[in-house]
Amino acid sequence: MNEVEHPPEEVALPTRDYSWLNGKLIAGATILLCVLLFTLLGRLFWDVTLARVASCPLNLPPIGFTMPGPGFQPAQAAHPLGTESSGRDMLALLITGTPNSMLIGLIAAAIGIAVGTMLGMAAGFLGGWVDAVVRICSDAVITIPSLAVLIVISSYVSEIDIKSMGLLLALFAWPGATRVIRAQVLTLRERGYVQMARLSGASTPEILVCELLPNLLPFIAATFTASVSGNILAATGLEALGLGPSRVPTLGMTIFYAIRGAAILRGMWWWWGLPILMLMLVFTGLFLMAIGLDELVNPRLRGSGDA
Amino acid sequence: MRGITKGYLIKRIAMLLITVWLGLTLMFIIPRLAPGDPISAMVSRLSAQAGRVEQSEQMIEAWRERFGLDAPLSIQYLRYMGNSFRFRLGYSMAYFPTTVEEMVLRAMPWTLGLLTLATLISFMVGIAIGALLGWRPTPRLVRTFLPITLCFTSIPAFMLGILLTYVFAFGLRVFPFAGAYARGLSPEYSWEFVASVVHHGTLPAAAVVLTSMGHWALGMRAMMITNAGEDYMVLAQAKGLRPSRVFWMYGVRNAILPQVTALALSIGAIAGGSIIVEYIFTYPGMGYLLYQGIVNNDYPLIQGVVFVLICGVAVAVFIIDLLYPFIDPRITYERG
Repeated sequence: MNEVEHPPEEVALPTRDYSWLNGKLIAGATILLCVLLFTLLGRLFWDVTLARVASCPLNLPPIGFTMPGPGFQPAQAAHPLGTESSGRDMLALLITGTPNSMLIGLIAAAIGIAVGTMLGMAAGFLGGWVDAVVRICSDAVITIPSLAVLIVISSYVSEIDIKSMGLLLALFAWPGATRVIRAQVLTLRERGYVQMARLSGASTPEILVCELLPNLLPFIAATFTASVSGNILAATGLEALGLGPSRVPTLGMTIFYAIRGAAILRGMWWWWGLPILMLMLVFTGLFLMAIGLDELVNPRLRGSGDA
Repeated sequence: MRGITKGYLIKRIAMLLITVWLGLTLMFIIPRLAPGDPISAMVSRLSAQAGRVEQSEQMIEAWRERFGLDAPLSIQYLRYMGNSFRFRLGYSMAYFPTTVEEMVLRAMPWTLGLLTLATLISFMVGIAIGALLGWRPTPRLVRTFLPITLCFTSIPAFMLGILLTYVFAFGLRVFPFAGAYARGLSPEYSWEFVASVVHHGTLPAAAVVLTSMGHWALGMRAMMITNAGEDYMVLAQAKGLRPSRVFWMYGVRNAILPQVTALALSIGAIAGGSIIVEYIFTYPGMGYLLYQGIVNNDYPLIQGVVFVLICGVAVAVFIIDLLYPFIDPRITYERG
């Protein structure tokens, strides 16, 4: 009815394109730092060997909670977050499992982004048949439900460790990055400074590394953050089905043991709830960082304030 | 010009075939990369588990026929492709005389129904929320409280599923724990059965919807804000069109296009996520079937389910691609 006449959107032009002081970015990074700090301090101040099977009394609830029914003892101060049905201490599990879960996602995302950036830059800048091949391959791989294929692979592998799991996930981590980088290169390659470099006789690799790469960094950062989150999600998914590493604790495997041990039906919320809470913190941190980075590279999103 | 051009159609069909071929080839290669002969590995694992294997001769015969392991690799590959395209997926190991295609066909309607409904609801609600958030005239009150609906966005669907089970099935006991319909009912078109299906499907669907709609909302909000500065929006407002018309026909109509592309790109991920949601809720669909395959080391079943999942997702993307030119007529002469 009204409100057609808005004030012009950006009155004061920002002096720089990217201001790294973005609220969401900082909030997300703070959450992640707190999680890391928790695991680092935990290793110093808590006995992490308690994460091994049968190192504690079974089925203790966290301090301050009592469980009705037989089979449950009162909480003990020695195990502030309780223990589960195989005698692992929940606090020790969180301290040792969280970095493992995050590491899997980091490895997969790092490889995926590296490959994706190279392919995306090659496809976007060279064009022609290179572009066609890269685009068809990445579109096809994106369409394939990667989790399903990963399930098939892991069902043939009897024992998997953190690094191989990261490598496995990286198989499907590159197409998303390829798409984003390619689209960005397409808009960048007609810019003045690229034309300038081309005219002054710079070779293609030179232009790619010296001119394009620095300008792609914010996009690479945003994609990387989203990719870490996506890969931790895929890893926890595989682990929740029991297909993760069984020698070292991870949050996903803890959830798997909880489901297999009927923790929901028995009311042992701390067994599945604490690893989920931890993962939620990690996911929320990464998500906020990804949104923040998105707003950095796409300043218009900052416009409407709230939300 | 509206509609689908021939070139566009051919490209989309080629893409569909490439995707299915890639998936099939992966399924062919993976078992052969695993150490040892797949069949003897399967039988030894099975006999180690069960102590004895009934009809093991017959099973090995069936698998030899299925895999044709005595033939050269190229012949094996062609046979495997031929069998897959004729939808012959072999015998399940855990439930031997049953074929994998029988089991898949029994599970498919549940997954198809749950996933299609949940995805559509999530997409439409997410789009609506995002459109309102990115629209300046939206009342401040709505804009302040709407983001609360998005607080589950960064959580994986299966984790929310566990939380929902604990709160609504274990704590409040208003929804059932598991299954797709109450025990004692048989699948038929009766009110009682339909009500039971809805009752059982609510929690898994809610887990998928609540965790995924935020992504559509964020994308939609971003596009609405980007579009708001376009000349055609200013012109539409300046010539005095009703705000509702500007909102729907100029704002939403244009901002929704990238979301449809995003939907096509993320169907694979949605299907993957729903595997674990079904497993959490022991919902008798493809995901739970896959879990049973993993638990029983039932390799033909695992491969069959994954093959059908890949095909299903590829077909869904194909359908979206075919619909796309109708909502965005530019596509036919820009990229088509």
